[in-house]
Amino acid sequence: MDINATFIGQIVVFLIMLWFIAKVVVPMIAKPINERYAKIADGLAAADAGQKQLQEAGASAEQLMREARERARQVEEQAHRRSIETLEAAKQAAQSEGARLLAAAQVEVGNESIRASEQLRREFGTLVVQAASQLVEHEVNPATHAKLLERLTDDIARG
Amino acid sequence: MAVEHGESPTEYIAHHLTHLKVGSGFWTWHIDTLFMSALLAFAVSFILWFSARRANSNAAPTGLVAFVEFIYDWVDRQVADIYPGDRRFMTALALTLFSWVVAMNTMDLLPVDLPGHFASVFGAKFWRVLPTADLNGTIAEAIVVLAMVLIFSVRAKGIGGYLHEWAAAPFGIWLLPFNIILNLIELLAKPVSLGMRLYGNMYAGELLFILIALLGFAVTGLTFWSGVAFLAQIVFGAGWAIFHILIVLLQAYIFMVLPIVYISMAEEHH
Repeated sequence: MDINATFIGQIVVFLIMLWFIAKVVVPMIAKPINERYAKIADGLAAADAGQKQLQEAGASAEQLMREARERARQVEEQAHRRSIETLEAAKQAAQSEGARLLAAAQVEVGNESIRASEQLRREFGTLVVQAASQLVEHEVNPATHAKLLERLTDDIARG
Repeated sequence: MAVEHGESPTEYIAHHLTHLKVGSGFWTWHIDTLFMSALLAFAVSFILWFSARRANSNAAPTGLVAFVEFIYDWVDRQVADIYPGDRRFMTALALTLFSWVVAMNTMDLLPVDLPGHFASVFGAKFWRVLPTADLNGTIAEAIVVLAMVLIFSVRAKGIGGYLHEWAAAPFGIWLLPFNIILNLIELLAKPVSLGMRLYGNMYAGELLFILIALLGFAVTGLTFWSGVAFLAQIVFGAGWAIFHILIVLLQAYIFMVLPIVYISMAEEHH
């Protein structure tokens, strides 16, 4: 165990190597490694953000679905109500139309029977006049008595 | 293992524990330690640089680049656990110490006689391949760590603050001499133990490999006991080598972490 000048040489060797490693090698190797670490951290952060976004999107999609379903239910309900209303209105319209038609028909029937009885009376009047003219034979001249006969017929028709 | 050049076991051990050196007295240079540590520093730096150049943030790293990135990331996390604040330099220091010390310690796993034989091809009479089993090697690193502890202390507290801490902590200003003695011991104990620990572990490991290799001296021919010695050498050598992998990495890890701990302690205010 003899200490001699060798250690001076060793110090020099050590310092040269240390200088080279510190100035050249470590910066060279640290840069890509740190860049890679940063990249990995960024990637993980991006993945986290993506995950979060996905969750948010899922939640909002669910919300949208719920809203849409609610909306559809409302629309359906409204349509149902509307159809019932429409049906009801149509029924009512049909009933009132029927009633109106019935009334009109009744009026018509009344008019018709009045007209028919008028007609009958007129025909009856004519028959009476004919019968009377046959009875009185030529005494009754249609030309001279037409006026009389017409008034008679009108009287009969009027009841 | 065959007996080298007719050495006795003692000579064999002594041979393996002798450095290739030039100069004399204090100005002796251990050529093997300096050469191996510089070569390994260069090789490790080159591998790190070569891989760092290919590191790309847009693609997954593969092969050597992935390995180097893994080592860097692991070292950086170790430092982050210990050292608060801007740790770029601390990571570089830890990475340097760890990779370099691992490379140097690993030399212990080479077969004990191989580096010596290889060096003798180039005419070197001695060759200790393990720079961390040379106290000069580990103490040099500890001295640099000591210097950094001082520099970072002053940077964190200012010269006045740091000197005041020397004088007044931990017993208060009235026990100034004791404070200075205690602080001196505290300051020096850390790097000395740091250097000695690594040196001691690796030296012991190397010595054990040499002792296991001595079993080769008992292999004298095709006899029963030669066979036992041969087998024992293989079993013990393999076992110790496998266990030593743990020591190689563990000691390098300790040698990486403790300087960071010391510097982060040095920056704390008392």
